[in-house]
Amino acid sequence: MKFSEEFEARFAEMLAHYPTKRSALVPTLLYAQDEVGFLSDEVILELAARLDLTELEVRNVISYYSMLTTKPRGKFNVQVCTNISCLVVGGEDILRHCAKKLGVGNKETTPDGLFTLEEVECIGACSWAPAAQVNYDFHENLTTEKIDKVLDECRQKAAQ
Amino acid sequence: MASLVSHPDEVKVVSRRFGLGATNLDRYLELDGYKAVQKALGMEPDAIINEVKNSGLRGRGGAGFSTGMKWSFVPKQSAKPKYVLCNGDESEPGTCKDRLIFEHDPHSVIEGVMIAALAVGARSGYIYIRGEYRYLSIIMQKAIREAYAKGVIGKNIFGSGRDLDIYWHGGAGAYEVGEESALMESLEGKRGIPRIRPPFPAVVGLWGGPTVINNAETLACVPHIILGGAEWFAKLGTPKNGGTRLFCLSGNVAKPGVYELPMGYNLKKMVYEVGGGIPNGRALKAVVPGGASCPCLTADEVDVGMDFDSVAKAGSMLGSGGVVVVDDQQCIVKFALRTMKFYKHESCGWCIPCREGTDWLEKTLTRFHRGGGVMKDIDNMQYLSENMLGRTFCPLGDAAAMPTIAFVKKFRKEFEDHLDGRPCPYEKEGAAEELPVMAH
Repeated sequence: MKFSEEFEARFAEMLAHYPTKRSALVPTLLYAQDEVGFLSDEVILELAARLDLTELEVRNVISYYSMLTTKPRGKFNVQVCTNISCLVVGGEDILRHCAKKLGVGNKETTPDGLFTLEEVECIGACSWAPAAQVNYDFHENLTTEKIDKVLDECRQKAAQ
Repeated sequence: MASLVSHPDEVKVVSRRFGLGATNLDRYLELDGYKAVQKALGMEPDAIINEVKNSGLRGRGGAGFSTGMKWSFVPKQSAKPKYVLCNGDESEPGTCKDRLIFEHDPHSVIEGVMIAALAVGARSGYIYIRGEYRYLSIIMQKAIREAYAKGVIGKNIFGSGRDLDIYWHGGAGAYEVGEESALMESLEGKRGIPRIRPPFPAVVGLWGGPTVINNAETLACVPHIILGGAEWFAKLGTPKNGGTRLFCLSGNVAKPGVYELPMGYNLKKMVYEVGGGIPNGRALKAVVPGGASCPCLTADEVDVGMDFDSVAKAGSMLGSGGVVVVDDQQCIVKFALRTMKFYKHESCGWCIPCREGTDWLEKTLTRFHRGGGVMKDIDNMQYLSENMLGRTFCPLGDAAAMPTIAFVKKFRKEFEDHLDGRPCPYEKEGAAEELPVMAH
């Protein structure tokens, strides 16, 4: 299967960093997921072959890491933190608001394929809580108005 | 980008280059960057280790073990290559300090890894950054590339004849990987299941070679110690607790933020003066002093110096520096439940006391919070937690049990207020959760 040139360059460079090929697996899976949207059967078989691993060994690793998924997600993965620092300043209100606005529950995707909502564990934004990540972008000191704006901007971006 | 704060009581050591553009290598050099490693190149490895030992630097990841001591456990001779591994898998709820170091001063981490490598005789170092911190991985990769381009790392560093390679590595979402043996498993491309110890990583670590593993903040302290001297660093803190600490103030506090304060700084002062106190006219209920795994301190217990030994004496832990402030409108049962939900999610299931313990505690707390609890549950939660302590491969089991014991012991009345089908006295109307009520 074909990945981008950027992926291939990074992959080749990473392999040279370790005494074993397998060591490149975790970051490579994440980069592959970023390109394809999820870890499809095709991606899994390809990376297993490249790193001299069995399909099962790769799947075994995928199931351990919470950011890795074998199911397609929306274009924008809205990850709202409700862990302790966010909890005491209204993280759950942000999550509930997103669920209502998007009309989906935890780990569900909107029918148009734009948004997936996910309640996540601490993302390291505790001093700027409540916080969320949309894909890799941090959004902090959130209010319901602020997250509305973030979601609206995602919609606009998708429409372009 | 995370915003910066400041307070007159701050002593800026690790954070002294924050906001000064030090991600750029030239700027870092202007700000005394890579001077410490050049000094270290002229020192005997044992002299470096002794300097770090004498500085009183203790692990900033949470365990608080003497860094110099840890380095001294690495054997001088080894048939296998030795490694330095920087732990930037910052995931302890309440902790967001390594993020600022990577964002504002990535070269200080690289320099810390280099000095550690010189001290233990390693030729390669890895900087592991959690997967969620993608923008920081980009900053770190750029910093490493720049350092190679300018000959700071790579072959014959600073004309010393020594070669030293530094690599970035990324995670993909796992709290447990912050435990050092699980971190090595993850770097080797496996599930982050902890290894049995001994042997300790200093003897058998990455790919079987002796490995030093330190938290990013710990390593970022090292260049400052080499340049400023052990005595200077030690004196910043309290006896046996050298230096400063990046404290991540969060929760119900007027001015949350990451503040660099001397070791031993009074917690009450931190909450009321540095953090500006509790907003909205509310009162303090509890403080989690060092990340979610640390037993909470009640409002009466916060007059304590924030160093490893003083907080331990007060019955908790300094941990990772994540200070979570909880006001009197928060429900401790719910807080305990959210804490346990986290540990249940993160437990790898490798050992039974952790896998089963976190699951049952989460179920019991869920039911309890929704008014379905009975009196004996309160003692059961404590009993169950106490039986997890010390019975797991890695500290995740302890991390789940310790705060739970404190919540139950210190806030028993609040647990009792949830009995007999009464709704949670703190829950907003109409905000009842749709979680199923679990039965035994």
